[in-house]
Amino acid sequence: MTPLLSVQGITKRYGAHIGCADVSFNLYPGEVMGIVGESGSGKSTLLNCMAGHLTPDAGQVVFDTRTDGPRDTITMSEPERRMLGRTDWAFVHQHARDGLRMGVSAGGNVGERLMAVGERHYGDIRDKATDWLGRVEIDASRVDDRPTTFSGGMQQRLQIARNLVTGPRLVFMDEPTGGLDVSVQARLLDLLRGLVRDMGLSAIIVTHDLAVVRLLADRLMVMKSGRVIEAGLTDQVLDDPQHAYSQLLVSSVLQV
Amino acid sequence: MTEYNFAYLDEQTKRMIRRAILKGLAIPGYQVPFASREMPMPYGWGTGGVQVSAAVLTPKDTFKVIDQGADDTTNAVSIRTFFQRTAGVATTTATSDATVIQTRHRIPEEPLHEGQILVYQVPIPEPLRFLEPRESETRKMHSLEEYGLMHVKLYEDISRHGHIATSYAYPVKVEGRYVMDPSPIPKFDNPKLGDMAAIQLFGAGREQRIYALPPYTQVVSLDFEDHPFEASKADHPCGMCGATDSYLDELIIDDLGGRMFVCSDTDYCEARQAAGHKGKDAA
Amino acid sequence: MIELKDVSKTFTLHNQGSAVIEVISDVSFAVAPGECVALTGASGAGKSTLMRMIYGNYLTQAGEIRIGGLDIVRSEPRDIIKLRRDVLGYVSQFLRVVPRVPTLDVVAEPLRALGVPADEAQDRASALLTQLNIPERLWSLSPTTFSGGEQQRVNIARGFAHSYPAMLLDEPTASLDAANREVVLSLIEDAKARGAAIIGIFHDEAARTRVCDREIDVGRFTPGIAA
Repeated sequence: MTPLLSVQGITKRYGAHIGCADVSFNLYPGEVMGIVGESGSGKSTLLNCMAGHLTPDAGQVVFDTRTDGPRDTITMSEPERRMLGRTDWAFVHQHARDGLRMGVSAGGNVGERLMAVGERHYGDIRDKATDWLGRVEIDASRVDDRPTTFSGGMQQRLQIARNLVTGPRLVFMDEPTGGLDVSVQARLLDLLRGLVRDMGLSAIIVTHDLAVVRLLADRLMVMKSGRVIEAGLTDQVLDDPQHAYSQLLVSSVLQV
Repeated sequence: MTEYNFAYLDEQTKRMIRRAILKGLAIPGYQVPFASREMPMPYGWGTGGVQVSAAVLTPKDTFKVIDQGADDTTNAVSIRTFFQRTAGVATTTATSDATVIQTRHRIPEEPLHEGQILVYQVPIPEPLRFLEPRESETRKMHSLEEYGLMHVKLYEDISRHGHIATSYAYPVKVEGRYVMDPSPIPKFDNPKLGDMAAIQLFGAGREQRIYALPPYTQVVSLDFEDHPFEASKADHPCGMCGATDSYLDELIIDDLGGRMFVCSDTDYCEARQAAGHKGKDAA
Repeated sequence: MIELKDVSKTFTLHNQGSAVIEVISDVSFAVAPGECVALTGASGAGKSTLMRMIYGNYLTQAGEIRIGGLDIVRSEPRDIIKLRRDVLGYVSQFLRVVPRVPTLDVVAEPLRALGVPADEAQDRASALLTQLNIPERLWSLSPTTFSGGEQQRVNIARGFAHSYPAMLLDEPTASLDAANREVVLSLIEDAKARGAAIIGIFHDEAARTRVCDREIDVGRFTPGIAA
């Protein structure tokens, strides 16, 4: 089976400081991988390198494209990479404000990716946007409201709808439940699980919340000082961590 | 007269602007940055258009200025007088006699012919500005032809008003490539942008951008399949000349709610009246 | 169906002076389809640890654990995930679910993950919940708010939703009343009858005697206890 994403030797330095070093793994279709580690462990740097927001100093990020098969997204042209970013890839930011257009209605936010790939029928775009609002449990009557009038949890769900409307195959998530109430988090997690299952999505989720990865991720990578120190099945890494730091990380959490 | 160089600007500056114009003509719809000069008038009064006019005027040209279609507003008169004094060129109000026409917010009703140059005053050249304020990002969007955002604006219009409510500065796509702001002309004028015999030059002074449409360029107004572009105007004939095909201004004529509609293009209206056409409000 | 060969496990506690604790060594046994094997031994003998190793939840340091031909000690996470989805079921003592998900969906989820249509999966879930005497008015609520016994029954329903060829049962009858205990035992008997290979931990001796074909005393694999 061809991996959907094959990351090989990704290294990113900030001057003398290491962002992330020599990270390699394969992600297969339908897999959800969590990346955990403390602040500054390099997990966000890695995510941004994979998603094309940062250019790594070394390594490859090979994505199995629909048309041309596996391609290194680091060396592909910027228009191609940005096109991937609008079609097969999605990026869910921690702060919904970074991923939404706050001055544009909910429908316009969801419809943008459709229009970006050439849809030109207002009625169809609006129907699809409304359908997606429903899927992320936002009432259809809110379709013309701006996200500024939404709660934090709703904004995050809107961001997810905006990202998934073009049927991407790979979703990058940066602390998707950070900053939300516990009850809102649960609702979002349940929603994400359902979407991942129903759409056959692959996802890479960066978080420091071990409870989030336990519920969402099939696999887990633990990062420290820019390096992957342990990787494996999520429940195995959490319940039987092998590395000293993983053990510390798991034992530091009250109850997951 | 002798204290000014021809058309006010020095020759180096005019050469610099001409280069920008030529580049703009070579890449229709692309915004060419240029080193806009301080002009003896405030921004917003057509400094961009004036610099472009200064760069293209020759002593043999006949110059016309319109402001919202009218030759006789303060702005139009000032700019016309400016070039009379600094370039000594002939001026006219007759559209067909002019070789260079500087305009604010209109395209003349009378079709332009080959050899003419239409110079637009542009306040904000970037059509994506209101949705994406980062200049670095909008430039990238232009270079990569990522124009989904432009339709988001139209989408928002329809969702809010039930139809595309943008009635001026209506975005267009040039030769299937660059999305362009046609300056705040009414969308009624949009169909005239395409396939025009004259050269069209756009100057934004404060924003330091020049862009251009060479003659007979394909210009398409953006729209949706189910909400097609419509060049709308007030549904009345002109009160003075009776024209039914021209863009109209609405005038309030008393404090009892009385109003009349007249051609915004004064030259067009006067020419029609001189030819004997008469509207219902004509004296 | 389930085959263990020379399996050993140690815990290394890096944060407690790198103490190495040998918990299980040299376990070998096999469970055939249709067979139910009980793990026995004193508390702390490593019954749950061994079961978690077989599930892939705990890392095994040495030996082979083959389930339906797959050696989970040397498998990629995605193969273990696929195994858990299709082949290997596990009823733990604790219910771990996303809060607010309705009970009916919790029970139907293993089937949904296999691609069974939502209505079909819910029909099966309803049948199991009915069988386990969870009142229908609770089905739309999250089981996180239920009593211990109710949660345990939801957990069992979930574990039996799909007909796994191999199953691990950790105290399935604990904290159940007589009627529900009877239901669970009959579910186990049904699973055996359709050919499932089952490994269970039962403190309930009568239950163990009734459903298990043989017993394996984990204590004899535990270094220190066996010595």
